[in-house]
Amino acid sequence: MSKSLNYGLLLSILMVVAPHAEHLTVWVSILCGVLLVWRTYLNYSSRPQPKKWLLMLITFAGTGGVAMSFHTLFGREVGVTLLMLLATLKLMELRSERDAMAVIYLALFIIITNFFYSQSIPTALYMLATLFVVTVTWIQLHGQNIPFKPRLRTAAILLLQAIPLTLILFILFPRVQGPLWGLPQDAYSTSGLDDRMSPGSLSRLSLSEAVAFRVSYKNNPPLREQMYWRGPVMWYFDGRTWTTGKTTGQLTAPQLTNLDQSIDYTVTLEPHNKTWLFALDIPEKVSLPATLSYDFRLYSKKPVNARIRYEARSNLGYRANLQESGLHIERALQIPTQFNPKAQKLAAGWKASSASDAEIIQAALSYFSQQGFKYTLEPPPLGTNGIDDFIFETKQGFCEHYASAFVFLMRVANVPARVVTGYLGGEFNDIGNYYIVRQSDAHAWAEVWLKGQGWVRVDPTGVIAPARIQSGLSAAVSNNAALPFMARNPPQWLRNLSLNWDALSNQWNQWVLGYDNERQFAFLTRLGMESVTWQKMAMNMAAGLVILVALFALFMLRHLFVRMRNDKVQVAWLKLCKKLSKSGIPRAAHEGALDYAARVGTARPELAESLHDLAIRYSALRYGKAQGEQAIREFLQRISAVKT
Amino acid sequence: MSLSLHNVISQAEQIIVGKPLQIRLAVTCLLSRGHLLIEDLPGVGKTTLAHVLARTLGLQFQRIQFTSDLLPADILGVSVYQRASGEQTTGVFKFHPGPIFAQMILADEINRATPKAQSALLEAMEEQQVTIEGVTHELPTPFFVIATQNPAYQIGTFPLPESQLDRFLMRIQMGYPDAQAERGLLSGIDRREIVSQLNPQVESSELLTLQKRARAVFVSPALLDYVQAILLHTRESARYTHGLSPRAGLALLSAARAWAVLDERDAVIPEDVQAVLPGVVSHRLQAAGEYAKQNSDALVHELLEAVAIP
Repeated sequence: MSKSLNYGLLLSILMVVAPHAEHLTVWVSILCGVLLVWRTYLNYSSRPQPKKWLLMLITFAGTGGVAMSFHTLFGREVGVTLLMLLATLKLMELRSERDAMAVIYLALFIIITNFFYSQSIPTALYMLATLFVVTVTWIQLHGQNIPFKPRLRTAAILLLQAIPLTLILFILFPRVQGPLWGLPQDAYSTSGLDDRMSPGSLSRLSLSEAVAFRVSYKNNPPLREQMYWRGPVMWYFDGRTWTTGKTTGQLTAPQLTNLDQSIDYTVTLEPHNKTWLFALDIPEKVSLPATLSYDFRLYSKKPVNARIRYEARSNLGYRANLQESGLHIERALQIPTQFNPKAQKLAAGWKASSASDAEIIQAALSYFSQQGFKYTLEPPPLGTNGIDDFIFETKQGFCEHYASAFVFLMRVANVPARVVTGYLGGEFNDIGNYYIVRQSDAHAWAEVWLKGQGWVRVDPTGVIAPARIQSGLSAAVSNNAALPFMARNPPQWLRNLSLNWDALSNQWNQWVLGYDNERQFAFLTRLGMESVTWQKMAMNMAAGLVILVALFALFMLRHLFVRMRNDKVQVAWLKLCKKLSKSGIPRAAHEGALDYAARVGTARPELAESLHDLAIRYSALRYGKAQGEQAIREFLQRISAVKT
Repeated sequence: MSLSLHNVISQAEQIIVGKPLQIRLAVTCLLSRGHLLIEDLPGVGKTTLAHVLARTLGLQFQRIQFTSDLLPADILGVSVYQRASGEQTTGVFKFHPGPIFAQMILADEINRATPKAQSALLEAMEEQQVTIEGVTHELPTPFFVIATQNPAYQIGTFPLPESQLDRFLMRIQMGYPDAQAERGLLSGIDRREIVSQLNPQVESSELLTLQKRARAVFVSPALLDYVQAILLHTRESARYTHGLSPRAGLALLSAARAWAVLDERDAVIPEDVQAVLPGVVSHRLQAAGEYAKQNSDALVHELLEAVAIP
C-alpha cells in the first residue's frame, strides 16, 4: 500500500464522514476525528499501523459506547453512527488491496447515508465531489502507476459516462406511492409553528430564515394584507400560555356562507412533522386528503414528514359559522380569573360603557393605538400577571403579545374570541414567480365571534405596526439587527442572488426530490408513453440501460468492425479447411494457408491449382493491405466453387 | 523476387550444393540489415558461403581470422605516428583503418578470440561506426557481418554470451551435405577457382533499395496477433528458461519482411514468419529443466507447432 494511496483513502473517508459530524453523538465525532488524525500521522511518519488487539479494543469499546448512548443497536441513527465508526477504524488496518477495496465500498455506501439528513443542492454537489475523490482513489488502487492528472481525467470521464445511466434510472425507475421505506418521525427536526403559544415563542421563530412553504398563485395574487395563512388556533389560556385546548362533545362542520373572491394556488410545504397544512382563509377545497376542522384549520391524517405539494382554492370573502354552538362560545370566553386584575378591570369598563361588541373591539384597538405601544422583537420580560405588565408597564411586544392581550380583553368583556397563529405575507420571487413564506413570517392574530357576522379576523398588530401587515417584518421593526439577514433589507444584488438560488432550489424540490409517481406518470405521458404502468417503466428502463451499455460497448469495440469485414474471408476459409479435413487432410492449427494448400495439392492433385490460387488470395486478403469489396466477393465465389 | 537477387541465389546454389534454405536465409538476413552467425563444424562450407555472397553481391570483402591473440586494434585499425617530413614540420598520428572497414566482413571462428576482441567487433556491428581515440569513423553501407563459430563444446573457444548472441539477427547451421551433393563436391573442380571467377549480379545501390523495400512491407493486425502469440507462448511455456524479448519480436518481423520481399509479396504472411523463425529464435531460446537436453532445432519446431495461426 503506497503512501499516496493511503492519503487518497483518508481523504475519501474524511469527505464522507465530515457532514455527519454535525449530528453524530459528540464523542463519536471526536473519536472519528482523533482516529483520522492519528492515521494521517502514522502515514506521514511511515510508522506501522496499530496492533490488532488495540484495534479490537477500540472497536468493542466504540460499539459498546454506541449501544449505551442509544440504548439499542438498531435504527437509522445507530446504524449511521456505527458505519462512521467502523469506516474510520477500517483505515487503521490497511494491509492488502482487499482492505483498500473495503474502504472504497464503505465510502461509496456512506455517501448515500448523507442524504438521510439533507437533500439540498449543496449536499448533492458535495456528494458529487466526494464521489469524484473516491473514484480517483479507486483508479489509483488499480493503477498505481497512472500519474495524477490522467487519473483525474479518467475519473471525470467515468462520472460523465455515468450521467446518461443515472438519467435513465432516475426518470424510469418505478416510484412507489409514498416513501419506499418509512423514515422515522425524527427525519426532520425543523422549527415551525407549535400548538402552544407563550410570550416570546413567535418572536423567537421570526429569527429563523428557514422556508415554511412556497406558494404560486394561479392568477393574480391577493393583496398582501389578505395573505393570512391559518395554522393552529388557540382556545385555552392559563394566564401565560395559549394552547389549542381540548374539545369535547359533538364537533360540527364549519358553515361557510357568502363566499366571495375565490383564489387558486399551489403550496409546496416543507416538512414540519405536524399534521396541519396551510391555506389562505378560508379554504374551500384542497387536492390532498385533508379535513377542515370546526375552527377552519386544515389538517391531514399523518404528520407532514416529507415535502408535499398541494393545490387549493380559498375564498377571501366569507361568513364563517353565523351560528356557533354554545360549547364553543363558552370555550371562547374562558379566562383564568386569578391573573391580570388590572386588565380585567379595564375590559370590564369598556363592557359597561359600550353598546355593542363592535364598540368594545374598537375601544381595545384605539387603546393600543393611543397608549404608546411599541412593536418590537425584544420586548422586556413579563411577570406573573403578564398581560397587566404588558398593557400598563412595558407597552412593548411582538404580535403574540398583542393577540394574546387582545383576546384576553375581549373575553373579559364577554366577546367570544380566540388566538390564531399562522403566517402572514411572504416574499415574492419574481424569478420563479412564486412567494416564499419563511418562519420569519410567522404571525398571531385574533378572531372574534360577532352575532350576524360569525367569526371575524381582528389583527391588533395592524393598529400598532401597520407596516407589518402591508410590507413585512423588516419594515415594522425599528431595530431590526436581530432579524435574519435576508429578512432585513439586503442590497439588491444579494437579494437577487438569494431569489435566484431559491428559485433553483424550488425547481430542485419540484423536479428532483418531488419526482414522485404522480410526476413521473405525468412526465412520461407528456413524453408520449401511453398508459404508463410500472411494468412498462421497468421494461423501458431495462431496455434503455441495455441500449446505453450496448452503445458504450460498440464505441469501445469500434476497431473490431474493420476486422469484421475481413472475417467473412476468415470464416469461409476455415469452412473450407473443415470440409477438407473431413476428406482426410486436416489442417494443423499452425499451418499457413499456402503450406496447407501445397500439402493438400500433393495428396489431391485435382485440387492443387484452385487451392493454391485460393490460398494466395486468402493470404492477401487477411494479411495484406485492405482490399475492396470486389476482391472479397471474388474470393468468396471461388471458395464456394471448390468441390471437395 | 527481383531478377538480380534471383541470380545471386541461383549462383550460390551452384557452388554450395544442397543448401538452398541456408542461402535464402543468409540473403534474407542481408536484406533486413541484420548480421548472420553460422555455427557448425569446420569444413562444411561456412567460409565459402560468405565468399560467394560477397562476390555475387559485389561487396568489398574482408576476412578476419579470429585467434586467441587477436587484439581490438587488429580489427578496428590503429593510429600510427608519422614523423615530420617535407612540408610537414611536425609529426602527426595517422589512422590506418582495420579490416572492419569493408561492406562484408567474414569473422571466422569468432569464438576462438578473447571476449575483448569479440566485443570490439560486436560493438562496431551494433553501431555501424568505430570510435578510436575520440574520432568517430563511419563504416561503409551496406554493412554485413557473417560470423562463423565452431560449436561451443570444441576445445579452445570462448563461447559468446547470450547478450552478444542477440546482436546477430539469425543463427543458422550448415550441416553435412547429403550424399548426392557431396558426391558432386568431391568429383567436381576446385570451388575456390569458381568463386574467384564469379561476377557481381547486384549494384550496391540496388541492394540499398531492396533493403528499403523490405522495411516497407505491410504487416497486418492479424499477423501481429500471430507474432504476439508466439512471443507469449515462449514466455508462458515451461520449456524455456526465459521468453523471447520484444527485440526478438522485432527481429522476427523484420526478417519475415525480407523473406516476403524474396517471395515478391508486399505483405507478410504467417508462412514468412515460420520460415525465418528457426534462424531468428534458435539462438535466443534456451531449453529449461527437463527439456534441457533437447537441441535448439527441436525446441523451435515445438514452438512452431504449439502456436496456432489466429
